[in-house]
Amino acid sequence: MDQITGSYGYWLPMDISAHGAAIDRLMAILHWFMLLLFVGWGIFYVYCLVKFRARAGHVASYAPVKAIFTKYIEVAVVVVEVFLLFGLSTPVWFKYKGEPEVNSQRMRLVAEQFAWDFHYPGKDGKFGRTDASLISSENPVGLDLEDPAAKDDIVSVNQMHILLNKPTVVEITAKDVIHSFNIPVLRVKQDAIPGQRVPVSFEANQTGHFELACAQLCGLGHFKMRADVLVDSPADYAKWESENAPAPAEAAAPAAGNKQPATPEPPKAPVKGQAEKTAP
Amino acid sequence: MSTQATHTNGHGAGQGGHGDHAHGGHELPFWRKYIFSVDHKIIGVQYAVSALVFLFVGFTLMMLMRWQLAYPGQPLPLFGRFFSDATMPGGVMQPEFYNQLGAMHGTIMVFLGVVPLAVGGFGNYVMPLQIGAPDMAFPRLNMASYWVFLPGGVLMLCSFLMPGGAAQSGWTSYPPLSDLATSGQTVWLLAMVLLITSSLLGSINFIVTIIQLRAKGLSFWRLPFFVHAQFVTAFLLLLAFPPLEAASVMQLMDRLAGTSFFLPSGLVVSGEPLKVAGEGSPLLWQHLFWFLAHPEVYVLILPAMGIIAEVIANNTRKPLWGYRLLVSSVIFLGFMSFVVWAHHMFMTGMGTAMSTFFQTTTMIISVPSIIILTCLLMSLYGAAIRFTTPMLFALAFLPMFAIGGLTGLPLGLTASDIYLHDTFYVIGHFHYVVAPGTLFGLFAGIYYWYPKVTGRQMNSALGKLHFWGSFVAINGVFMPMFFQGMAGLSRRLYDPTVYAHGRGVQPLNVLISWSVWILAAFQLPFIVNFFMSLRTGEKVAENPWHATTLEWAAPSPPPHGNFLKEPVVYRDPYEYSVPGQPEDFHPQFAAEA
Repeated sequence: MDQITGSYGYWLPMDISAHGAAIDRLMAILHWFMLLLFVGWGIFYVYCLVKFRARAGHVASYAPVKAIFTKYIEVAVVVVEVFLLFGLSTPVWFKYKGEPEVNSQRMRLVAEQFAWDFHYPGKDGKFGRTDASLISSENPVGLDLEDPAAKDDIVSVNQMHILLNKPTVVEITAKDVIHSFNIPVLRVKQDAIPGQRVPVSFEANQTGHFELACAQLCGLGHFKMRADVLVDSPADYAKWESENAPAPAEAAAPAAGNKQPATPEPPKAPVKGQAEKTAP
Repeated sequence: MSTQATHTNGHGAGQGGHGDHAHGGHELPFWRKYIFSVDHKIIGVQYAVSALVFLFVGFTLMMLMRWQLAYPGQPLPLFGRFFSDATMPGGVMQPEFYNQLGAMHGTIMVFLGVVPLAVGGFGNYVMPLQIGAPDMAFPRLNMASYWVFLPGGVLMLCSFLMPGGAAQSGWTSYPPLSDLATSGQTVWLLAMVLLITSSLLGSINFIVTIIQLRAKGLSFWRLPFFVHAQFVTAFLLLLAFPPLEAASVMQLMDRLAGTSFFLPSGLVVSGEPLKVAGEGSPLLWQHLFWFLAHPEVYVLILPAMGIIAEVIANNTRKPLWGYRLLVSSVIFLGFMSFVVWAHHMFMTGMGTAMSTFFQTTTMIISVPSIIILTCLLMSLYGAAIRFTTPMLFALAFLPMFAIGGLTGLPLGLTASDIYLHDTFYVIGHFHYVVAPGTLFGLFAGIYYWYPKVTGRQMNSALGKLHFWGSFVAINGVFMPMFFQGMAGLSRRLYDPTVYAHGRGVQPLNVLISWSVWILAAFQLPFIVNFFMSLRTGEKVAENPWHATTLEWAAPSPPPHGNFLKEPVVYRDPYEYSVPGQPEDFHPQFAAEA
């Protein structure tokens, strides 16, 4: 597969999300605020160490210094914190957690040791029925192939396709232990917890090839539980969708490939034609 | 068995009983005096020495992990061949061994290292002396506490010998991963039950002792700040640990008895449906765990703050600035620490109402922390600062704790936490609080009270070498982690170079690892100093630092029963440089001239 898009250094990586700018701004303000406090304290601290060092003829003063300015500083810190909390953090968080737009691309994600199984509803926009008892190595999400809505569903392992400039909703769960869906460049993170399905929404505004990393310790293969995130233009997405939509003849067995979830090796994608392109 | 009889007399157990055999002719046999001792000082030393050994073990595990992080997949030179094929075949670390080292490093450092040293060691040794008591209120409970702790600690280390190795689900042991883990996890849980029981026994004893056994004249507003810190800490241990003890037993049941407290229905593990009852909740564990583990953060930091306050007052030669404000802040901090726990769980899918509550409480708890730091900082103004070894560590604590505290802000706010949660930024943040924060505080305490415990001073040149080396190296360890975290690098990764954003910050891993090993080298002067000074340290009288609090009224080392005559307290704890006094310290125990 082609190179990962972007360069990665010692600070925040590029931001390709619609909501990320607000998070980055908050982080910048926070760190300037922290630096200001630290340097301010630091100057006072060093001044005291030099000025009030023990030496011949110098005695400590018993009476406490009357310092009104400490109260001002403390009040100022509280005011800034209130602003950070209600002015900056909470609005971003409410928007991030809020109801996604109706006209959004939806997909489901089932995390497992040590792979990410994406389930797309296909052209009809409806997810086929899934059932844990149907899960097998050929059918990682347990899709019920008898269900008419499942006929055009696409399941891809360790490869996530999202549409450029379109709100995306991923409903996240896990089938064994807790994982965490984490795409640094998209500024999203959501624990994948067995027994509950939590939606997370975002919008990517740049095409390219990015990485999804598991952020919650999930076992010996945790460190390489990665997936490729491909932000596609509408044309590329349509191409991928039509290439991978199960043909009617294939409907009985839509998923090919030999996935072995128990091994730490990243499983091969069951989507035909994608197997060679997944993670190294 | 006259000693036993006086102990069980209850009424005035400490006073009469201990006084007796301090002056009495008959000596206790060795095993009663030094092994199964009921003397708070011996127990304190037992706790401190065990904890220092455990800290060394926990640190060693990390030194191993740092090899893998700096040079992923390369065989460990020299030491690699001493490991089994299950852990490091050919000297190359296996991911499961890496996870074991990570889980055990955290567990050992928190539960076997820092808390036993800060509370079991310093609390036991210093607190009764500072309140003028002959011993703890319940000496035997105290002994029981240590003898539950030590087997717990040894059991924890022995879990490496289990098939499949030690616990490997992180020190947080989140189920279902921990429920499904190899049998090392069972041993981890059993050891935790012992350790928690030990802490509960200790905390009751601390509370009763501080309430009941204070010397005449020692009102609450005259207590040294260290005692206040231990008092609040004891309440935190008492109230926060029972939920984790319950949770540990529940997880044991899940593993051994087939229950499903933490296992939901429909789990499919390794392609096979898991045959369990289901209907449990993995998040229940997280709530119970963090309900303990957040107050636990304050259990780690408060005793160190107490030590810092003592050392700063003594070496600035003036009263602490805002003593009452400090005490009120610590009590408020204690209360607030029970209502912030879910800020560890913002990414679990929490709704906006709950997350707003918890990020608000988290911002509120930063206020008393800032007040405490301000008070300690203001105490330097107008001082006559002596740069003794304990003071160097205490002074370094202030900026280091400031970094640790400030970097908590972006993690406590939900919006920035989306990005920073579970990254190396978190590791940098809490290590700044507990390593150059708490551990520096504990080192300050060791250098400060060593003459009281042994009657000898530690070597000052070695102490300064230890301090400066550690100070530089430890910042080389933790400062780069903020940059790794900002780059998005997740924690607990066996090989960070799997990701593009990990490869970008990989050079920092080499820097961090070398800083860790250099930091280890700079602990050698401390170890040498610690043992050498027992024999060759300069002999000192009872009050070598010219201090004001009660522990300095007792001989060095204090005999069984502590004080030669019952101490009486006449004034506030930090009466330094009082105008009109002949000397620059006016002890609490000195009667008016």
